[in-house]
Amino acid sequence: MIHEPTILEARHIEKRFNDAVELPVLKDISFAIKKGEFVSVVGKSGCGKSTLLYILSTMDTDFTGDLLIDGELTRGKKERQLANIRNEKIGFVFQFHYLLHEFSVLENVMLPGLKLGRYSHQELEHRAMERLKTLGIESLALKRANKISGGEKQRVAIARALINDPLIIMGDEPTGNLDKRNGEIVFNIFKQMAEEYKQTLLIVTHDTTFANQTQRIIEMEDGRIIRQ
Amino acid sequence: MKSPLIIKIAIALLLARWKQTTVAAVGVTFSITMFIALLGFMNGLNDLLDGLILNRTPHIRLFNEVSVRQQQPIHQLDKFNRGHNFIHSIKPANSRQAIYNSQPILTTLAADARVLGVAPKINAQVFFTAGTIDITGVINGIDPTAEARLFHFNDYVVEGNTDELENVANSIILGKELARKVLAEPGDIVQVVTPQGERFSLKVVGLFQSGIQEYDKTQSYASIKTTQKILGKDNNYITDIQIKLRDMAVAPAMAVEYAQRFGTLAEDIQTANAQFETGSFVRSLISYAVGITLLIVAGFGIYNILNMMIYEKMDSIAILKATGFAGADVNKIFIFIALSIGITGGLLGLLLGFLVSLGIDQIPFRTASLPTVKTYPVNYNLFFYIIGFCFSLITTYLAGLLPANKASGIDPVIIIRGK
Repeated sequence: MIHEPTILEARHIEKRFNDAVELPVLKDISFAIKKGEFVSVVGKSGCGKSTLLYILSTMDTDFTGDLLIDGELTRGKKERQLANIRNEKIGFVFQFHYLLHEFSVLENVMLPGLKLGRYSHQELEHRAMERLKTLGIESLALKRANKISGGEKQRVAIARALINDPLIIMGDEPTGNLDKRNGEIVFNIFKQMAEEYKQTLLIVTHDTTFANQTQRIIEMEDGRIIRQ
Repeated sequence: MKSPLIIKIAIALLLARWKQTTVAAVGVTFSITMFIALLGFMNGLNDLLDGLILNRTPHIRLFNEVSVRQQQPIHQLDKFNRGHNFIHSIKPANSRQAIYNSQPILTTLAADARVLGVAPKINAQVFFTAGTIDITGVINGIDPTAEARLFHFNDYVVEGNTDELENVANSIILGKELARKVLAEPGDIVQVVTPQGERFSLKVVGLFQSGIQEYDKTQSYASIKTTQKILGKDNNYITDIQIKLRDMAVAPAMAVEYAQRFGTLAEDIQTANAQFETGSFVRSLISYAVGITLLIVAGFGIYNILNMMIYEKMDSIAILKATGFAGADVNKIFIFIALSIGITGGLLGLLLGFLVSLGIDQIPFRTASLPTVKTYPVNYNLFFYIIGFCFSLITTYLAGLLPANKASGIDPVIIIRGK
């Protein structure tokens, strides 16, 4: 584990909200994630864990400190370059699935891949089908995204996050909207990815049962890391 | 490589709200239709009204007028040149209405590259005899072929044929009102008396109707040869030279040039008929103003639809940005939507506008002043269609610009957290 390369590194990240009074939300956050690690970030509601995730995902650029993804400093990069980093290196799973209802399940999965343009359309379709098969939902491929159940939607969202073979998958309460059974299915998928494919995962959750089964827990309180 | 993807997403969004999109496109279609029909009709009318006078008016007319010489004998004496000479009761004397050297002038003009055509003309005052009464009238000696080619003479001849002026000796075409007054019909013989007292018999070979009744009461046309014979002049005698230019705009400058060069008076069409251009300009201006107003209204429609679409599709925009689409990509998607509404609506509008123009062209419109016009006039100038299409593109682009910028500026974090 020690010889694995560092995928993501946060150095002294701080952020404050300027809402009438200055409100610090993140204070001196520093940690690193190595390839193949399955990390969960836990903490009470409002402790800043989601805010941290959006900074780590490059979507929020309003902070001080340094963020390195794949050894590259994100500071000073243009909006389009950051978008390309997200496209190529980060896969997202949110609490809500955010599928495009106008497209089929297969097309939704393919979308970030089409944007990246690394594979031909045919190849990409094949890759998308492979991922749907791994997640056991290949039979839904041609259905419209709004015609499938909530648990299935979340699995489609995971397939979409995997399409470009990202360095890291980030999840923001990915099981938060699901019932127990579907939550377990999603967790098992993450676990399988971490163990079989050495996929790096960073999942924000307030579900302690979920967190306790991951390899590493980062616990936050009042904008600080209190245990990692 | 990315453009097809962006277009695919744009089309999916368009289809998702196809009813509203259709309404927006119909707005553009309607305004372009009105724009084309209005401009076509207005300009058709313009052409018609202008043609009433302008088609028949030469761009430059060379002529001599009976006038007093500016240079009087006393001016040629040095000793009277220091002060001002008051001369009373000057009368024109020995004046010649004919143009000197008319044949060389005609040859020179025909060789000028700026000149489209030249038609010589003779103005002859005569009396038409109807029984014991003399009716004053004018015989215009013309070259029927040149007159027909340059000034649409054939359009106004309602009975008979202009060729007969050349083919039948001593023939004349009378104004319709004049023919009524002298009780003559085609085939009849009319008597004319010149101011010098010569009497001639002329055969009526046709009637013409110019649309201006006062004109039809006095005017008649004969060939140049016949007119020279009536006046007893040689075959160089010409009183007017009518010139049609390739470019009407240079007429004033060329009139000055010709006046100096040929030593005649020269009158250009702009000076003679200044009011027509003003009328045409104002009518065109009104049509453009109405057309553009309609398009702006349609533009607001598109703006509304796109704004609604953005609010509805906020989630989709957020996830597109989260998964690696840059703001510029999102911008392109919405501009594409706006432009495709503009292009489809605009093209349909051009087609419908053309059909409406064809419809207007079929509505009967008979007027005594214009014997050749049977239906409402419409101008099918390609320029209006190009302008209309450009306007539809520009307005839809501008209407799409603000919503597209708004969509590209959406912060995915706020939307994703908000759930």
